[in-house]
Amino acid sequence: MVAFIIRRLIGMLLVLVAVSFIVYLIFIVIPGGDPALRIAGRVATPANIASIRHKLGLDHNVIVQWFDMVKSLLSGTLISYYDGTNVVQQIKEGLPATFSLCIGAGIIWLGFGILVGTISAVTAGRATDRVITGLALIGISLPVAWLGLILLYLFAENGLGSWFPPGGYVPLTQDPYQWFLHLILPWFTLAVLFIGFYGRVLRSNILDTINEDFVRTAKAKGLTSRRILVKHVLRASLIPIVTLFGLDFAAVLGGGAIITEAVYTLHGVGYLAYQAIGTQDLPTLMGVTLYGAAFIVFFSTLVDVAYAYLDPRIRLT
Amino acid sequence: MAERLLEVKNLKVRFATEDGIVQAVDDISFELERGKVLGIVGESGSGKSVTSMTLMGLTRGVNARFDGEVLYKGTDLLKVSDREMQNFRGNELGMIFQDPMTSLNPVYRIGDQIIEAIQAHEAVGKRAARARTVELLRQVGIPNPETRVDDYPHQFSGGMRQRAMIAIALSCNPAVLIADEPTTALDVTIQAQIVELIGRLKDDFDSAVIFITHDLGVIAEIADEIIVMYAGRVVERGTKRNIFYDPQMPYTWGLLGSIPRLDRPRPERLHTIEGMPPSLINLPQGCKFRPRCPHAFEKCFEEPPLENRVEEPGHLDRCWLDVEFKRSHRDETISPGSAEAA
Repeated sequence: MVAFIIRRLIGMLLVLVAVSFIVYLIFIVIPGGDPALRIAGRVATPANIASIRHKLGLDHNVIVQWFDMVKSLLSGTLISYYDGTNVVQQIKEGLPATFSLCIGAGIIWLGFGILVGTISAVTAGRATDRVITGLALIGISLPVAWLGLILLYLFAENGLGSWFPPGGYVPLTQDPYQWFLHLILPWFTLAVLFIGFYGRVLRSNILDTINEDFVRTAKAKGLTSRRILVKHVLRASLIPIVTLFGLDFAAVLGGGAIITEAVYTLHGVGYLAYQAIGTQDLPTLMGVTLYGAAFIVFFSTLVDVAYAYLDPRIRLT
Repeated sequence: MAERLLEVKNLKVRFATEDGIVQAVDDISFELERGKVLGIVGESGSGKSVTSMTLMGLTRGVNARFDGEVLYKGTDLLKVSDREMQNFRGNELGMIFQDPMTSLNPVYRIGDQIIEAIQAHEAVGKRAARARTVELLRQVGIPNPETRVDDYPHQFSGGMRQRAMIAIALSCNPAVLIADEPTTALDVTIQAQIVELIGRLKDDFDSAVIFITHDLGVIAEIADEIIVMYAGRVVERGTKRNIFYDPQMPYTWGLLGSIPRLDRPRPERLHTIEGMPPSLINLPQGCKFRPRCPHAFEKCFEEPPLENRVEEPGHLDRCWLDVEFKRSHRDETISPGSAEAA
């Protein structure tokens, strides 16, 4: 177990090094990606560009440039090309909003996903199941941006109902009630897709598991149907959900909730990424990408450890 | 006379499927007394598993229709509610399944799966249930049960898993033990051990056993009475002696002929029954074995009733053939070549 975790940690570092290098290469290679050209503006002289290039250290070879950038990122001194702000500082400022959004949404989508999937499987083929399956399909199909705008229109101020603020973020430490009020719509906007998806995956897992021989054994023991469902069927059916949740949760926590953050003007990491893409701001994008990649790599290790706990046949080696 | 535990009267089981009504079990009746072993033999699809699962209430579902009676100590198990049935399962009727590799839940310890069965029916503490579990594992022949009780199923061999399944089935001391092909997935040496174990535990626990198999060799070891099933019906029924020494149904001959025997001259090839069992949706007219029977004649288009046609009163069969004809011709199927040798 310890050896496994050490090995995975080393693997994580290698992945992050590779990710950062690839991000850097993509930027240097794509047309119009050269930061010096963009900073110099439309009427730049070659001398002007050369001096900017020199100032940013872009006249070294690619490996050195990349190394310098990673080094300054790690030491927390990396500066945005676009507005001169500190990248690490920017990400840190985005964390409370992103974490609030993702943890809340994660709880909602996991809870409702399990509920919806279980009810749907237990009533398989009946009207309840058909309705839930239909709703789940709609949930999966709704574009997040559109759903966000519709919810704002229906429930937020300046819209039809005015129960919720039209966006923005209030820190939990400042006013818990306002924090909650500001986040309800974003939580559900982010969660709807996952609820539909998890519900459908769980439904089919449960229906597969119900036909397993060990479930028949559980019945033959004379267990109650509730105990059979919870202890034997759900336990086995939830194992694949753990993987999905680990990776999805890592992705949104790592700045993947870009659209939701943008629609609700939540100034989180996703919003930062959204702005950096718009301005092709290499240092910020590098920071955000590595931050996101770190979460995904870390959570996939966590998923493997959780797997070994949930299924004793799996040995971590 | 021993206590009559189970009495099945004219049991019929039908399933509604997309292709039509499947008559899985058609009019089967038998009785089971304490201390006895009833063998049910037949090919895949003959209805033997459906019969046993129906006794346990495991075939209940929206698509299943039942007729007849399954009387356990006088209570009709077909009539009790799903909730009441839970009290019979495990507690009064225990069941062992065919494939021990998949019949245990892989994510729980062996001991916990047995403790769970005990606690489902008895208000005993975890500690007491665990002590009983260790004792059960010892009785079914698991070495070092004190430590193996905490193993997971994947740490057990196939034979040990089947022993653990038997421990689960016996955990609440059921009066009837139903073993549905318990030896099919095991290799031959283990098969013999499991059969011997079931026979011994039947006496230790003073219960009765329904032993289902397609292997007449296994049934010869353990059964007192034998039912031969074909296409959801009983085609022959009698004591072990009746079935092995005076088989009346050509289907039974075919089954007997397809076991290799050391006490008879070796045939060129082992006998096989030609063809396939009929589809249960679209059954042949008359005798259901007619299309595969080498001795079929015109009368076989009429369904023969299950009745006594020989001197032994309890020996029933469904065959129109003349008893003398059968007695003189069956060895061609059962042990081809032995006539010449004799």
